[in-house]
Amino acid sequence: MTDLETHSYDVLVIGAGGAGLRAAVEAREAGLRVAIICKSLFGKAHTVMAEGGAAASMGNVNDNDNWMVHFRDTMRGGKFLNHYRMAELHAKEAPDRIWELETWGALFDRTKEGKISQRNFGGHEYPRLAHVGDRTGLELIRTMQQKIVALQQKDGEQYGSMESNIKVFAELTITDILKENGKVSGAYGYWRETGAEVLFEAPTVIIATGGVGKTFKITSNSWEGTGDGHALALKAGANLVDMEFLQFHPTGMVWPPSVRGILVTESVRGEGGVLTNTLGERFMFKYIPDVFKSIYADNEAEADRWYTDQDNNRRPPELLPRDEVARAINSEVKAGRGTEHGGVYLDVSKRLSAEVIKKRLPSMWHQFYELAGVDITKEPMEVGPTCHYVMGGVEVDPDTAAAVGVPGLFAAGEVAGGMHGSNRLGGNSLTDLLVFGRRAGIGAAQYVKSNGSNPVSQGAIQGAAAKIQAPFDREGGENSYSLHAELQEVAHNLVGIIRTASELEEAIAKIADIRKRSANVSVSGGRKFNPGFHLAFDLDNMLLVAESTAKSALLRQESRGGHTRDDFPGMNNKWRQINHISSFDGTQVNVREQALPALPKELFDLFDVHELEKYMTSEEIAKGGSN
Amino acid sequence: MARMINLRIWRGDAKDGALQDVQVEANEGEVVLDVIHRVQATQMGDLAVRWNCKAGKCGSCSMEINGKPRLACMTQVASYGDEETITVTPLRAFPVIKDLVTDVSFNYKKAMEIPAYAHPDELAPGQARMEQVDVERSQEFRKCIECFLCQDTCHVIRDHEENKKSFAGPRFFIRIAELDMHPLDKLKNRKRTAQEEHGLGMCNITKCCTEVCPEHIRITDNAIIPMKERVVDIKYDPARWLGSKIRRREGI
Repeated sequence: MTDLETHSYDVLVIGAGGAGLRAAVEAREAGLRVAIICKSLFGKAHTVMAEGGAAASMGNVNDNDNWMVHFRDTMRGGKFLNHYRMAELHAKEAPDRIWELETWGALFDRTKEGKISQRNFGGHEYPRLAHVGDRTGLELIRTMQQKIVALQQKDGEQYGSMESNIKVFAELTITDILKENGKVSGAYGYWRETGAEVLFEAPTVIIATGGVGKTFKITSNSWEGTGDGHALALKAGANLVDMEFLQFHPTGMVWPPSVRGILVTESVRGEGGVLTNTLGERFMFKYIPDVFKSIYADNEAEADRWYTDQDNNRRPPELLPRDEVARAINSEVKAGRGTEHGGVYLDVSKRLSAEVIKKRLPSMWHQFYELAGVDITKEPMEVGPTCHYVMGGVEVDPDTAAAVGVPGLFAAGEVAGGMHGSNRLGGNSLTDLLVFGRRAGIGAAQYVKSNGSNPVSQGAIQGAAAKIQAPFDREGGENSYSLHAELQEVAHNLVGIIRTASELEEAIAKIADIRKRSANVSVSGGRKFNPGFHLAFDLDNMLLVAESTAKSALLRQESRGGHTRDDFPGMNNKWRQINHISSFDGTQVNVREQALPALPKELFDLFDVHELEKYMTSEEIAKGGSN
Repeated sequence: MARMINLRIWRGDAKDGALQDVQVEANEGEVVLDVIHRVQATQMGDLAVRWNCKAGKCGSCSMEINGKPRLACMTQVASYGDEETITVTPLRAFPVIKDLVTDVSFNYKKAMEIPAYAHPDELAPGQARMEQVDVERSQEFRKCIECFLCQDTCHVIRDHEENKKSFAGPRFFIRIAELDMHPLDKLKNRKRTAQEEHGLGMCNITKCCTEVCPEHIRITDNAIIPMKERVVDIKYDPARWLGSKIRRREGI
């Protein structure tokens, strides 16, 4: 072990998407030395796929907007299972986080007055999403990537070396978070390029690894979305909260098969796109739930008028929260009114001119033209649900992003749970990662200042190293690709958009079986840039995530947001008071119930009590808030 | 609708390598990256290929397909003839790591050499006002997904390792142009440093970079040529030259 590559930092950020980069900027600006780990190249993180925009109540387009309206929309979207404090901080701080990006060079689309333009999106009462055409995520990533370069240039001037205090480690995978005396001491991993092992000594680790989509067969996520951070946190002793809630984005591409799952931005509907079945029916009018009837139009004429007069008309039902639209499409296809490829039609060509479509939705036009041979300025798109986002994640303290139960561990962005409740609104993820990425950076900085370093022991290093070598030492085991494909089938068929107890039980048994066999995975070839070897670790992570999701889903006997039970179709107000907490005992994931923190009075009072009656029990209503 | 196709893949590392022929199934609508993944999952478990989004948005799966720099995720198998062998090789301008994966760290080093955006001190967050037409010029360049195909194809560095030291390449000329045209950036002299420090002068506008750009950014026409013209104007205009010597003028 004498030649083990070792680095020491104050803060180790795992993940170089929006949350990780925002956390790194904050930690460096607080004076700390920061390492950023990317699983792929710098700037390629899945955040680039975010198309529609970043939700922040700047009120640039409609000045009735403010944080309270945004907070209400977020809670409604999450069916009131959100951690209220996260939703509150997010709504309050989002505008500042967007404006701050502008001071780092971001160039958002503008209003006529020259302010940041804002667009409509599902579940948001007012035009709220700051955007750059339909490539907003790329703008965020590039802006923060360039901000990190700016910080490096500053360090270069001051200390003579640009990478002295903040350094990006690209194409490196972390396999273990290390702890000593119950606190974080560092992390262990390997360079993807060479397979060589690396030790990071750091008293704080910020997990910002994004999502879990690759557990499922049809997903908008890239290969990176394998739940690494969820699994690392579980194995380090942290909890996951409400892992049953997965967002199936209603509009993924369905044809041709090679692009199945790739995202079709919600902006298509925000800009006027209409969903129809093969009978030509605009079917969303049939699927407006009671809780939303007052704000969504029940007829085409009113829905169409809304695009030009939003003050006097209700919104079109195509803009219902994502869970509603995804379920509606699923029902239409099941009822035999879907296309031959299992989707429905989404058409923007009838409302907007070709010129406007190409200007507002350029990458959608490009994507369909190049990959599906469809010209969306003339023809409808074929779309269907795709696994897009996990609402569940690491249980954190809302203010500091500190992971509950593991001193020195922090989590932000998609990997953290609580913020979005049972369903995330489009546009809230980009501001989520800015708001809580920053808070994680501050949280880590405060922790380092009061705790100092925590040396890594030889035992911890040896344990982590043995795990990395293991798949090469085994012979004749199964191949990680086929086990992964099997897991994706199980997750898709049995833990997917519609669930039942018997299928979930079957899934839990099958996942356990795959996990047993995965302990035997053997890898061909050497350590050098070997994807089969990389997948062996990803697979282990996905299996833990899938187990947590299936077990939480079996326990929750109701349908809410991104969790739909065929055997318990309604929302049950008693279940709203319960979070599911997953923990790992070294052998399996265990799930227990925990009370959801109740809304304090000042937030309770932001709602019409009649609306809250739809979600809360009469005892909660009578109490009128927790304080 | 599946059919078998001939795929020729370069396999090897920095020391040594060769093309290997494989037969692989291709389904309707598939792109080259799909068939590479099928080879990986069924025949060559350790075949190295870089990719992420598979939707032309991240710029990871850059390689050369039948000798042309392309994104494998945006190249339809059907765009080649039924009998045609599809040859995939790593980017030629960068050192091979393994198989189709190259060491593109050159680009990240160059990125660190371009002075960052400088925001006006007096403009507090939220106060910026810009016209859409003014931001659009820079926005075109900010569409860049950093696939580095333009860098790969640029003949200044493609077969001239010795030029890399003094040449930032098209990707970073559009970065400089983007900052130069940014309505708020307060740093001056970006065009002059492009010429003097980042090798703009070595570009002889053959437009190869523009041709390979998957984002259809008009690299040559909208970034390189306008910067070159302005540099020439100021360098060779005697009155301006004299003016710049007499008093500090607003930089170019």
